[in-house]
Amino acid sequence: MGYPHKSHARETPILSQHFGDSDAISLAGWRQRGGYRALEQALGMSPTDITNIVKESGLRGRGGAGFPTGLKWSFMKVGDGKPHYLCCNADESEPGTFKDREIMRWTPHALIEGCAIASHAMGAETAYIYIRGEFTEPLERMNAAVTEAYSEGVLGKNALGSGRRIDVHVHKGAGAYICGEETALMNSLEGRRGNPRIKPPFPAASGVFGQPTTINNVETLAAVPHILNNGAEWYKQMCLSSPKSTGSKLYSVCGNVRRPGTYEVVMGFPFKDFLYDLCGGPPVGRKFKAIIPGGASVPIQTMEEAEATLMDYEGFVAKGTMLGSGGVICLDDTQCMVKQIGRLARFFAHESCAQCTQCREGTAWTTKIVERIEAGEGTTADLDTLLSIADNMTGKTICVLSDSCAVPVVSGIQKFRDEFMAHITQKRCPYRTTPARSAAA
Amino acid sequence: MTTKAPYEPVFVGARREELDALLGRYPTTMAALLPALWIVQEARGWVSDDAMEEVAGVLGLTPAYVKGVVTFYTMYHQHPVGKYFVQVCTTSPCNVSGAEDVVRAFLRHTRCEELGQTSPDGKFTVIEVECLGACGFATPVMINSEFIESVTPDTVPAIVAAHK
Repeated sequence: MGYPHKSHARETPILSQHFGDSDAISLAGWRQRGGYRALEQALGMSPTDITNIVKESGLRGRGGAGFPTGLKWSFMKVGDGKPHYLCCNADESEPGTFKDREIMRWTPHALIEGCAIASHAMGAETAYIYIRGEFTEPLERMNAAVTEAYSEGVLGKNALGSGRRIDVHVHKGAGAYICGEETALMNSLEGRRGNPRIKPPFPAASGVFGQPTTINNVETLAAVPHILNNGAEWYKQMCLSSPKSTGSKLYSVCGNVRRPGTYEVVMGFPFKDFLYDLCGGPPVGRKFKAIIPGGASVPIQTMEEAEATLMDYEGFVAKGTMLGSGGVICLDDTQCMVKQIGRLARFFAHESCAQCTQCREGTAWTTKIVERIEAGEGTTADLDTLLSIADNMTGKTICVLSDSCAVPVVSGIQKFRDEFMAHITQKRCPYRTTPARSAAA
Repeated sequence: MTTKAPYEPVFVGARREELDALLGRYPTTMAALLPALWIVQEARGWVSDDAMEEVAGVLGLTPAYVKGVVTFYTMYHQHPVGKYFVQVCTTSPCNVSGAEDVVRAFLRHTRCEELGQTSPDGKFTVIEVECLGACGFATPVMINSEFIESVTPDTVPAIVAAHK
């Protein structure tokens, strides 16, 4: 549902069905709403059977990469004699994204149930839910839910009386965007600096504590109980466009938009209807200028592109961008694109772990140059320099933070070159009504 | 000449027990480092060099290693901060929703002269923070561990007044 708004008739509230319902937070409340039936069923099934259902459903990773979940799970060799780990990535930090926050605030047991099912399917006895340190309320709710699940025998050495041990622990991060990158998350969990690791080895071979590990996003895991309850076929049929994208997807909508919030629609939903009908369009008297549909790391869309998009993994790619995390950032016609691209670059410069030169230097110089252009001190040659830096930042580093910084710059210069040129020729920001940024961070 | 007050260890009594229970969750002691640092910060308000040394001793790590980890993460304070540590999100979605005005309002009403500085009465430190992950509730503000949604320049005076 479009939390904090009422559910829109065209939404398909599955994961978001109980958002805002404080009775669904407790274990008893979750059970009354059909909770833990899927786990009970799963504990009576073989790991391979569960994985096959997830494969068949077409569920793909909801954190950004869109990797098929069942296939990922099948990389874990159950019974190889090694300890296996599940890490739930709840380090939701991609600007524009706040959907996992709502799952943890309103349906913490949905996530625990998903973690427990996934653990069983991958032969893992221990799951860690890595939650960003700033999420104080989700941390409280998840901690309380885990404690309750242990005291009710849902978790522990004899999970739901199955004789199987399933432990779920909440691990609190300490402020670092990069820890949402799966190998950085594992380093952080081990008590290290959150520097991403070189792959291979991939986590399924050598992950956290050097053991086979799978990292899944909150939304991905929370979808699993529904798939077991209703069947793969039910999930697969939620598809309006590409058969490679199935199910429902949460989108968190923010920026210059009438009704910001978390919405849930089936894959392939028309983006134009989503933006204007469900989310209410731009603020009164304004027009949308651009949309960043999948969190700060995906290419910026013009309205022409956005309005022709069908919302699924393939649909966003066909219109010059990516589905990413589903964090929809709306920019209206009062916003200066140069300023906003500079702000995004500043974010990535702040969050670079600095182990790769291209990223450490590239994010910092990109920020300086874009901010210089915004201040009216740029030259046409700066645009070529930015594109050249972006080229050197793409595909050359351990993780994709560097690429993510280059993305808004390249797409911004390509699609909004006029705005960059206006700053350069007028030697000022045509949008600026207030003084420049109050202070440098 | 002033003498430094002797360091009082954090990990005694209930806090030691809390840490011991945490150690049972992980196959290595090093994995309890972030949780241990959180316990220190909750107890002392920040993580001093002495505290890093204590944590290192308790977990069998070197102080230099612990410092390396502390300095990586933005939420551990390496120096004392005001009684109320105010973090205003200013990343893009909040920026386009007026976060810069919220920052200015906090600086004015807390009498902090600059970002990162503590107010003359020692009560407030105001900083800009990168994405707090509540973009649909612009502008989110954290005051210590309290998370406040949908802050506008108009609501800032009441928020500041409520933190005395």
